[in-house]
Amino acid sequence: MSIVIEQLNYVYMSGGPYETKALSDINLTIGDGEFIGLIGHTGSGKSTLVQHLNGLLMPSSGRILVDGLDLADKATDRRAVRRRVGLVFQYPENQLFEETVEKDIAFGPKNLGLDENEIARRVKDAMRRVALDYDELHERSVFELSGGQMRRVAIAGVLAMEPQVLVLDEPCAGLDPRGREEILSLIRNLHKEAGTTIVMVSHSMDDVASLAERVIVMNHGEVVMDGAPRDVFSCGEELRGMGLDVPQAVMLAQKLREKGYDIPEGLYRTEEIMAEIMKIAGKEAQHA
Amino acid sequence: MLKDITLGQYFPGDSAIHRMDPRMKLILTIIYIVGVFFISNLPGYLLALAFLYLVVRISGIKFDYLLKGVKPLRFIIIFTFVLNLFFVQGETVLFDLGFWRLTKEALENAIYFALRLVFLVMGTSVLTLTTSPVQLTDGLERLMRPLQKFHFPAHELAMMMTIALRFIPTLLEETDKIQKAQMARGADFESGNLIARAKAMIPLLVPLFVSAFRRANDLAMAMEARCYRGGDHRTRLRELKYTKLDLFGALAMAGFIALIVVEGKLLG
Repeated sequence: MSIVIEQLNYVYMSGGPYETKALSDINLTIGDGEFIGLIGHTGSGKSTLVQHLNGLLMPSSGRILVDGLDLADKATDRRAVRRRVGLVFQYPENQLFEETVEKDIAFGPKNLGLDENEIARRVKDAMRRVALDYDELHERSVFELSGGQMRRVAIAGVLAMEPQVLVLDEPCAGLDPRGREEILSLIRNLHKEAGTTIVMVSHSMDDVASLAERVIVMNHGEVVMDGAPRDVFSCGEELRGMGLDVPQAVMLAQKLREKGYDIPEGLYRTEEIMAEIMKIAGKEAQHA
Repeated sequence: MLKDITLGQYFPGDSAIHRMDPRMKLILTIIYIVGVFFISNLPGYLLALAFLYLVVRISGIKFDYLLKGVKPLRFIIIFTFVLNLFFVQGETVLFDLGFWRLTKEALENAIYFALRLVFLVMGTSVLTLTTSPVQLTDGLERLMRPLQKFHFPAHELAMMMTIALRFIPTLLEETDKIQKAQMARGADFESGNLIARAKAMIPLLVPLFVSAFRRANDLAMAMEARCYRGGDHRTRLRELKYTKLDLFGALAMAGFIALIVVEGKLLG
């Protein structure tokens, strides 16, 4: 299943005094099974773009085809689209409302009109995927959980709809390092095990570098870069010009290269760069 | 729908109307509305419209924008109109259906009441469109200050209004976000009967209340951290001052009121 975006434009508060063009001429194709990192500074249009992917916003002009369904067409069944494309908002724990964890996660599948056995199966499955213990937590109130747990319940609520494409808007915002690591690893597993297509919006270049296979950079409502992380993160100057940056490991590699150390260009993963540094350190130890 | 309500929205600008003292604007708006309620013939309403149009022209706001603000209230206006048609007693019968007859007085009353409502909304819209919420509450606080002698909490009231106005856009945004998040989970806010729709609001209202309480708590802490303790002995960054503009405004309004009084006397 693929998502094709053609000539997408979106204008906020059209006609009023605060009219702003949020997206202009976006052309993108999101293929099956991809892992895309979507980056851009605040106000670059990332969140607006992702809300178009499941029909929450209607394009001012242009087309979006999800699995052949045209989202710009008013007759298209939006629920059919939302079943395919799951969207996890920023701070998704703010959407929790049910009395228990189980009921909250079941909200999505229930809206799809599934029978009870299927709903129960999906709730258990979704909780397993986000590493929450069903037996321990399913009857707890969502408001008694820790921040990280609430976030995982909210993500489970979207996963229980079993979407083929999962879009996450800043899934790690406001979490402590451990919570962040847990969320990232559950996203990684989803992509690996279930083959879910992932679009992850993030401010953290490190998160994007460690997970994404393709990086899309947005600035002022336009897609300015689109390519392999290797290529995008080699354009440090341009990224900094847009209020972004390269991953910390890339920065370190750059600084070491300036000092005369021989670290090949084009590496961006922390592990790769660490391996290179260890190699050099090993050599120097031999010389000493 | 919510975005269409112009009442309470501020339209930034630097016109003579924008620069007037908020106290004067408040007083003049009240006088204008009271004036409009005393008009009881069509030429009088034309005068009121002309005056309003002039003010809007000076302020630089599009007149269409003002009319848009009336749109959400069309049902109330139509309702009042119909109610007046049915329940006002009169002498001059226009036509008779047996169980109900339309009289000239009822028709006139219905038209005037509808017009009064339209002018009420448009008049206050001019005030809120040209006055920032902060200025508005400043003006209100200052106007109500004499009442403090009678233990009327003028400052507290103004502060509450400022906070409420400040949080309208925030809560609207929050509502929009939660609504979208639930829609992404397949929630349906648009179809079904009344009970189904009311039930569909639960996933929206519970998170909204939770977040509103959290915000209130945060705000209270932030205010305390900055040593807020009510209105006593507070000085202001911007003191309100009447200028020549306010004198002109007052004179123009006096002229308008004089005109409608004279016009009312002439045409009865």
